[in-house]
Amino acid sequence: MFRSIKVQAAIAATICLAGLFYLAPSLTDNLPSFWKEHLTKEKIHLGLDLRGGTHLVLEVDTDKAVESTLERAANNLKETLMENKVRFRSLERKKDKISIELYEGVSAAVLDNILREHYPDLEVASSETASGKETASLRFKVKRTTELKKLAVEQSLETIRNRVDQFGVSEPEIIPEGIDRIIVQLPGIKDTARAKNLIGKTAMLEFKIVDDEHSLDEALKGNVPEGDTLIYGSGGSGGEADRRASVPYLVKNKALLTGDSLESAQVKIGDRFGDSYIAIKFNSQGATDFERITSENVKKRLAIVLDGKVHSAPVIQERIAGGQASITGSFTMDEAKDLAIVLRAGALPAPVNILEERTVGPSLGQDSIDKGIWSVFIGAMLVIVFMAIYYNLSGLVADAALLLNIIILLGTLAAFRATLTIPGIAGIVLTIGMAVDANVLIFERIREELRGGKTVRAAVEAGYSRAFATVLDSHVTTLIAALFLFQFGTGPIKGFAVTLSIGIVVSLFTAFYATRIVFDFFVLNKKIKRLSI
Amino acid sequence: MEIFKKITHVNFVGSMKLYFTLSIIAIIISIASVAWHGGLNLGIDFAGGTLVQVKFQQTTSTEGLRKALDTIKLGGSIIQQFSPEEFVIRTAESTSDLKGLSDHIEEALANSYGKGSFDVRRVEVVGPKVGKDLTQKAILAVVFSWIAMLLYIAWRFEFRYGVGGIIALIHDVIICIGALSIFNKEFSLTIVAALLTIIGYSINDTIVVCDRIRENVRKGGKKDLGEIINVSINETLSRTILASLTVFIVVVVLFFLGGEVLHDFAFVMLVGVFIGTYSSIFIATPVVLVWEKISPSKMRR
Repeated sequence: MFRSIKVQAAIAATICLAGLFYLAPSLTDNLPSFWKEHLTKEKIHLGLDLRGGTHLVLEVDTDKAVESTLERAANNLKETLMENKVRFRSLERKKDKISIELYEGVSAAVLDNILREHYPDLEVASSETASGKETASLRFKVKRTTELKKLAVEQSLETIRNRVDQFGVSEPEIIPEGIDRIIVQLPGIKDTARAKNLIGKTAMLEFKIVDDEHSLDEALKGNVPEGDTLIYGSGGSGGEADRRASVPYLVKNKALLTGDSLESAQVKIGDRFGDSYIAIKFNSQGATDFERITSENVKKRLAIVLDGKVHSAPVIQERIAGGQASITGSFTMDEAKDLAIVLRAGALPAPVNILEERTVGPSLGQDSIDKGIWSVFIGAMLVIVFMAIYYNLSGLVADAALLLNIIILLGTLAAFRATLTIPGIAGIVLTIGMAVDANVLIFERIREELRGGKTVRAAVEAGYSRAFATVLDSHVTTLIAALFLFQFGTGPIKGFAVTLSIGIVVSLFTAFYATRIVFDFFVLNKKIKRLSI
Repeated sequence: MEIFKKITHVNFVGSMKLYFTLSIIAIIISIASVAWHGGLNLGIDFAGGTLVQVKFQQTTSTEGLRKALDTIKLGGSIIQQFSPEEFVIRTAESTSDLKGLSDHIEEALANSYGKGSFDVRRVEVVGPKVGKDLTQKAILAVVFSWIAMLLYIAWRFEFRYGVGGIIALIHDVIICIGALSIFNKEFSLTIVAALLTIIGYSINDTIVVCDRIRENVRKGGKKDLGEIINVSINETLSRTILASLTVFIVVVVLFFLGGEVLHDFAFVMLVGVFIGTYSSIFIATPVVLVWEKISPSKMRR
C-alpha cells in the first residue's frame, strides 16, 4: 500500500497501541482518573461460565394465560346473562372453551346478541340444539388469542424484570426469545434456588371469604356448594414448614380483591416476637373495596390465597378503613423479603416453566479463568520457541506478529464489549496456532523461492504475494465454519466463534502487513543479502 | 532449521489404493463402534437431563454418593469422578418446575453430608424441548457447513475439487465421531463446535494442495494430472505438515491444561487436525484424479 516504511510502521504501531489501550482496563485497576473518565474503562466482558452465575431459559405458559382470561370472561358473562334475564342451566369454562347450556325456550339468537354487544372477542365454536335446549361452546377469536398470548409474554417480561431489579443482581439480562420464551442471565448469583423461586413464582394474590355456613365435611365428600371451592392451605400460621401441612378450606369462589389492588408491600418486624410480617397497602380503589368487604363480612374469615393455596385466614374483627393490612406467618427474613418483592412487582399472568438452566459457581469460574490464562501463555510460548528455532530470526518476526495478534484480538474484544467464554479462550488458543500458519506458509514459500535461486528481495516479494491467496482461502473457510457456529451455538459457543473469527481476521493483518514491514525494512532499506529464515 | 531440505519424491498417487483402503477400514470401525455402543453417547445438551458437579471438602466415595442420591430415587444416575473430591452427577430426567431436580439433589447431599461440606460447582438442566432444538440445530449446522465448503472450493477452483474436499470432510467427521465413540466420550455442544472447527480447518490443507496443483497446471507442460498432483503434494508437504504442527501444539496444550470443559473439545481437535491433514493428501486429491479420468479438467493448461 503506502510505499514509505515509516508510514507503514506508524500505522502498525498505532493499531497496536489502540489494542493495548482498550485492553488496559482489564489488566490493571489502577488507571489514572482522567483515563477512566474520558477514555475507556471497560474490562473485558466475561461470560457466565467464567464469572459464575445463572442462565435460565423460561417458557411462558401462554395457554394458561388465555385460559385465565377466559375464566374471567366466563364469570363476567354469567353476570351479564343474569342482568339481561337470559336463563341458563350451566355455564362453565373447560380448558379453552366456555360451555353454556341454555334453558329450554331460550333461543340461540339471544345469546348471539349478547355476545355481539358485550363480548366481541368471543365466538361460538360449536352449538347444537337437543330437545329444545341450546348448548353452545364459546371460545376467544383467534386474533384475541394471539393478542393475549403476546401480552402475557410482555407482561411476564416486565414483571420478571421488576422482580430481578429488586433482588439486587448486578448487570442482569432479561431478554425475550422467540414467541414465548424469556432468557434470564444473573451474573454472580450465589443462591440460585432462591432466585429461581423469586422469578418463577406466579404470585397470584387473592382475597376470598371463607364459607363457614356450609359444611366442610360435606364439601370434602364431594358436595361442594354452588359458588364455593375447596382450597388447601397451611393450618393457622404460615411459613414454609407449616405450608406442607394441608388443611382444607371451603371458600367462596369469587376473589373479592387481588394483588392488582396493592399499592405497596413491605417487610416489617413485629414488636412482640420479632417475627417478620408483610405490611400491605391497597391503592385508593382497593382501600375502598377493602373497607366495604370488611364491613360486610365482620366475624367471617378472610382467606388470603397465594398461588392457589390459603396462606392464612384471619377473622375480620371489624370494618377496616385506611386500606392497610398485614400478612403474618412464621417467615424467615428471606422469605418475607422475597414475598414482598413479588407482591410489589405483581403477579405473573401465566406460569413459567424452566426449559434450560446453566449455573456456574464462582469457584469453577475462577478455576477456568486461571486454566485459560495458563493455556494461552504456554501455548504461545511453545509456538514462539518453535518458530524461533525453525525459522531463526524470521521466526522471531513471526513471534512478534503473534504477540501483536493477541493484543489486538483482546483489545477488540474489550472495545466491542464482546463476551469472553471458556470456549472463547479455546478460540484464542486456536488463533495462536492458526495465525502462525500464515507465517509458516509465507516463510516456506520464501525458502522455496530462495532455493529456486531468486534474490532475497524477489523471494520475499514472491513469498508474500503467492502465499496470500492460499492464506486468504484458508481463513475464509475457517470464517465460514465460525459463522455457522455463531448461528447455531448457544452463548459460550458463540463466544468461541467470535474470538476465532476476530483472531483469524487480525492474523491476516499481522502476518501480511506487520511482518512485511520488518522484512521490507531489512531487505529494501538495509539491503541485506542473506535472509535468516 | 529445516526438516524438509529437499523436495521429497514420495509417490502419493501411486499408493492411492492403499490409503483409500485404510480410510475405508477406519470409517467402518467408526460406524461399527457407534452401532456397538447403541448410538452416540449424547450429553444432556442433546438428550436433555440434569447435571450437577460437586466438589466436597473431603474425599468422598462414589458409593456413598450413590446412596445419598438413592434417598431421592436418583441412585441410577451416572456418576463420574474427576478427583477424590470432585464428582459429576448426571441423570436423564429433568423437570421444568422451579424447584428443579438440581435443587433436590443439593438437598439430598446436604442431608447426607452436611450443608457446608460441599460446593456446587456447576449445574446444567436441559429440558427435552431445548434438547431437541439443539440437536436439530447441530445437525443442520454440520450439513450446511459441508455444503458451504463444497460451494466455496468449487467456486475458487473447480467443482471436482469441491467434491474431493467435501468427501475428505465427511471422512474426517465420521472418523472423529468414531474416535469419540471408541473412547466413549460424551457428545456435547462443545464437541459439535470442535467438529465444525475441524470442518473449517481441515479444508485448509486441501486448499494448500489444490492451490499448488492449480499453479503447476497453469505453469504448462503436458504432464498428466496424476504426475502434477504428485509433484504438488510433495512440494507442499513441508508447509502442510508444519502448519498442522503449530495447531497440533496448541491443541495439545489445551488438552492437558484447558480444564474439564475443554478437555473433550481438545481431544476431538487432536484427532481432527491429524485426520484432516491425512485426508487432504490421501483422500481429496485422489478423488480429483478419478474424476479426471472420467472427464478431463477444463482448467487452463
